[in-house]
Amino acid sequence: MIALKDISKSFNGRPVLQNVNATFNKGKCSFVIGASGGGKSVLMKCMVGLLSQDSGVIDFDGRDFLNLDYYKKKELRQEIGMLFQGGALFDSLSVEDNVAFPLRMFTDFSNSEILDRVNFCLKRVKLENVNKLFPSNISGGMKKRVGIARSIAMNPKYLFCDEPNSGLDPLTSRVIDALIMEITEEYGITTIVNSHDIKSVFDMGDHIVFIYQGKSLWEGTKDDLRNSGNKELELFIKASEF
Amino acid sequence: MKFLEQFGRYILFLRACFRKPDKWRMFWRAFFTEVYKMGNDSFLIVSIISMFIGAVAVIQFGSQLQGSLVPMTILGRIVRDANILEFSPTITALVMAGKIGSNIASEIGTMKVSEQIDALEIMGVNAASYVALPKIFAALFAVPALVTYSMFLANVGGAISCYFSEMVSVDTYVQGLRMDFNSFFITHSLTKAVTSAFLIATISSYNGYQTEGGALEVGSASTKAVVQSCIAIIFFDYILTQIMLY
Ligand SMILES: Nc1ncnc2c1ncn2[C@@H]1O[C@H](COP(=O)(O)OP(=O)(O)OP(=O)(O)O)[C@@H](O)[C@H]1O
Ligand SMILES: [Mg+2]
Repeated sequence: MIALKDISKSFNGRPVLQNVNATFNKGKCSFVIGASGGGKSVLMKCMVGLLSQDSGVIDFDGRDFLNLDYYKKKELRQEIGMLFQGGALFDSLSVEDNVAFPLRMFTDFSNSEILDRVNFCLKRVKLENVNKLFPSNISGGMKKRVGIARSIAMNPKYLFCDEPNSGLDPLTSRVIDALIMEITEEYGITTIVNSHDIKSVFDMGDHIVFIYQGKSLWEGTKDDLRNSGNKELELFIKASEF
Repeated sequence: MKFLEQFGRYILFLRACFRKPDKWRMFWRAFFTEVYKMGNDSFLIVSIISMFIGAVAVIQFGSQLQGSLVPMTILGRIVRDANILEFSPTITALVMAGKIGSNIASEIGTMKVSEQIDALEIMGVNAASYVALPKIFAALFAVPALVTYSMFLANVGGAISCYFSEMVSVDTYVQGLRMDFNSFFITHSLTKAVTSAFLIATISSYNGYQTEGGALEVGSASTKAVVQSCIAIIFFDYILTQIMLY
């Protein structure tokens, strides 16, 4: 479980997040939705520790990220997987080496054990026979899938996805959504997805947080989404469905 | 003020770089790849430049000595010392700044703007140390090796130029080369080489690592890396010469 308490963050005096509160549960796919520029990416970067919030607490099952020492942070980070918008694959490494990277870095597995794990992860995201290709030679959707494979290689407890569907066709989007959902439930991961894609939110939003101009305005499930009683959220949904 | 801020960040970056690598095996693998790449990339250009510098030095000094009462054997000695003390270490370093400096900055800069550095951080890898440390150590190894090689070739270039110019015979030149050799000059030269290597690798890594934005910024980071490295090399060249030779 990840709990956010009163997260605020500003850049050069301009507030981007203001007292954001939210809770994300284990084994559930939680969505953070909101208009462009609302602060979703900044919030996610704070959660994974790429940015540090000005005030507030981010609590990972009782561990307050900001107050951990260097080694404890490292430990926690190995429990985090993240899927970047552009994939962020290492372009000097082949698909196989990309997925193997965290294993080579942090485990003492033998080469064959690592390969087994890599092949398992690639199979899990339905990619086969691409082991030796380089990121520049595969499509955007495949990059996303390799990204997922890499982020689950270490059996993460927490999975973050920043707009997993952007730039993909509707069909591939559904495939990626389904994958994230399956993996979350199968391994009991705490998954957080930033999305514009209202379709995926209605499909799989066990839990939804609506961010509006840096504030968390609403929290609920997909079933309450249509009658949330929140003006901004209703506008947002109407606009996206149109 | 701006300079101080930059310098402070550079120092912080260095501190992050010099942390123990997460996996030594990965470090060594990267180290050897980098050494090979740096050597291979710069070998040809350093060879060509060194030969010509030696050749030109012979003609320059030779033309000044001609007609004077000084015995021409001195020519070999002057050219040798000039090559060892200044031409080889400084010019090799400047060439390497252009070659490997821009390479390092654009490679790390690209990783930064395509979020690969972020991906490393999130995995719990110390990204600064992972991407920059093998390059820094590789440069500390490759630059002095190339400087040594360049000293040798520059003197060979001098001999070739003697052969063609009829100013002095090759024999007289070689006799001069072997006269009054001061081995401290080599120490001095290699000290400069090591210093330049450190400056090139760290300044370029730093500039790459600070890149934000896109392809355009990667380009300007790599230009900045080369310019700053060159200035730093010349500055330390002066300081070290003042300290060690005076
Ligand atoms: N490093 C930064 N420095 C200054 N301002 C920033 C920085 N990063 C983000 N911002 C600002 O924070 C605001 C929120 O940006 P953010 O990327 O979080 O939006 P978003 O909700 O993810 O939008 P999108 O849906 O388009 O990805 C933007 O106005 C942006 O200009
Ligand atoms: Mg975003």
